[in-house]
Amino acid sequence: MKTIKLLRQLSEAVGPSGRECPIRQSIQALWEPFSDEIRTDAMGNLIALQRGTTGDSQPRPALMVAAHMDEIALIVTGMERGFLRVGRIGGADPRVLLGQEVTVHGKEPLPGIIGTRPPHALSADERKKVVLWDKLFVDVGLPAEKVATLVQVGAPISIRRPLIELRNQRVAGKAMDNRASVAAVTLALEALRHREHAWDFYAVATVQEEVGLKGAITSAYGVAPQIAIALDVTFAKQANDQAPGTFDLDKGPALGIGPNFHPQLLQRLRDAAKAEEIPYHLEPAPGRSGTDAWGIQVAREGIPTGLLSIPVRYMHQPVETLALRDVERAARLLTAFVAGLEPDYRPRWEDEL
Amino acid sequence: MNRATLIHTLQTLSDAPGTSGDEIEVRRVLSPLLEEHVDEMHVDSLGNLITLKRGTAEHPLRVLVAAHIDEVGLMVVAHGDDGSLKVESIGGIDPRLLPGLEVYVGKEQLPGVIGLKAIHRSHDTFKDVTPLKDLTVDIGAKDKDEAVKLAPAGTRVTFATRAHLVGDLIAGKAFDDRAGCTALLALLQGERLPHDLYGVFTVQEEVGLRGAHVAGYAIDPDVAFVLEGTIADDLPKKEKEDVSPTSEIGKGPAITVMDRSYITAPRLLRHFVETATDLGIPYQFKQPGIGGTDAGATHSARGGVPSITIAVPCRYIHSPISLLNPEDLEHTVNLVRAALARLTPEILQPEG
Repeated sequence: MKTIKLLRQLSEAVGPSGRECPIRQSIQALWEPFSDEIRTDAMGNLIALQRGTTGDSQPRPALMVAAHMDEIALIVTGMERGFLRVGRIGGADPRVLLGQEVTVHGKEPLPGIIGTRPPHALSADERKKVVLWDKLFVDVGLPAEKVATLVQVGAPISIRRPLIELRNQRVAGKAMDNRASVAAVTLALEALRHREHAWDFYAVATVQEEVGLKGAITSAYGVAPQIAIALDVTFAKQANDQAPGTFDLDKGPALGIGPNFHPQLLQRLRDAAKAEEIPYHLEPAPGRSGTDAWGIQVAREGIPTGLLSIPVRYMHQPVETLALRDVERAARLLTAFVAGLEPDYRPRWEDEL
Repeated sequence: MNRATLIHTLQTLSDAPGTSGDEIEVRRVLSPLLEEHVDEMHVDSLGNLITLKRGTAEHPLRVLVAAHIDEVGLMVVAHGDDGSLKVESIGGIDPRLLPGLEVYVGKEQLPGVIGLKAIHRSHDTFKDVTPLKDLTVDIGAKDKDEAVKLAPAGTRVTFATRAHLVGDLIAGKAFDDRAGCTALLALLQGERLPHDLYGVFTVQEEVGLRGAHVAGYAIDPDVAFVLEGTIADDLPKKEKEDVSPTSEIGKGPAITVMDRSYITAPRLLRHFVETATDLGIPYQFKQPGIGGTDAGATHSARGGVPSITIAVPCRYIHSPISLLNPEDLEHTVNLVRAALARLTPEILQPEG
């Protein structure tokens, strides 16, 4: 599968947290050819099983790979003379919304734009302040009566942003967080279909990560894997942010290090990267990682968990930018990691007997 | 022009890139649409596209009708070591609107994006608008050398918006003033009028009415009409905050009484109001004192030219995407056409 085509489809698909149906259908169609079983759980997580290739005589250990499919979005909170007042789903960034094109998911999808009052009508002070949620509104270009019949309070609003192709195999889009990871998991599923692997591979497209890792928590309980790897995005270095905690674009994925992650899983990931000659960064997370890994780690009796992150510029903005090669590297690393799992492998602590 | 053609023309003009001083692409769209409908056409030294459609009257007046073809945008002024582009604005751009956008860079229309430091990492500053000097355009260049090669200093940057329909309205960039250009084109494509119609598609309005300044001199008109897209602020707000919506969409063309650049000649104002009233064309007055138009240059050309601005109300002008009501555009064409048809030398006589 061509990475850019995959990312275009995934990034442009709609799936605000808690309303993931359209993106789930897209992913299901992509994953089905590489899956032995596929199902949607009660929360809406899409769970695909690609069985290990080592015969059916003994029960195989299971690995869960989680990539959240939900995206940050807006939600209709009220109407005022036909204009829609809005709030946010997840951590949408009000600084980047003015002048954006959106789709209002009413009785039918309505194109709209996020309006703004002209600067001349504002005080000098107002012109320097970001327009926050109490003043943001969406204009769907219809009379108030018509809007009232088509849109209800609570309707989700997604950003309308076709994939942008930049130079050097870099692309920008509205939901690289976290469709970049969904793309990497898709590429890994495809690659592992043609490779031996001892473990059962559960690929999970989780829901509601952006509002508190909800899908990861319930799917990890449901799948009950022996180990888990979460895939997410992290901060890439960009012109206006080069501080610690940012990672060069197009220099490989970042591997999480910290209490959220089992050190032996991290070591395995590093070994796999070395063997495959894939560059990577180490991303320290002294506490909460803010990813599905945080939810999965404490599911059931606890699950050894690792984190693989793809660097993205301008996170939570409609122009999230990444390097295609980093998505491909994440997929190759994940593939090598899964293929290398021996049937009896279990992460242990150094002092464990 | 019927409504479908009018909408299509506006959309085509809206999509063309044309920041001030670099309006070639807009002229390229206009010229073939004008050719068979005008008697003379040329481009002057600044880039104004000047047409003449002769009148049928025995002693025709010389009427200048202007609409500016330039739009606001950005210009590359420097390059970062990481391949990012530093930009400054061409004309008035509201920096609140830039973050999160796709833009087109240069003649090749290379896609670029404008992004901020992530909100997760901006806790102390996220309520403050990021000034233009702290914004950069990312075209994906690896380093400074590549950025300089792809987008040298002086390269133009435009909004990447493509026009389409939003509800009952038309959405697109640069309706200021491609709306006026569409109306002027419709006038020139229409039937011959009594007076000599100098249709001028002016340049560099957004950086100081430069094109209209020289066209007003060169044509030496008896009267000037300026066709514009103007601010509609019929938007949610606390009512007591504001005295006027500036103009409102769906209520007909907005007639300027006075803006920051000129005061409309009272006889012209009366002529337009009478024409609209007689023909039952809706109109509104634009809130006085706001904005400036090419009339600010034409009214003082040579010994003075009575001038008036008629505008299509547009929400969100100077932003990446504006909205206008196609009925307002039609009414604007009809009103200006009727005012031209009814114009007599007597109407232009100063009172007293």
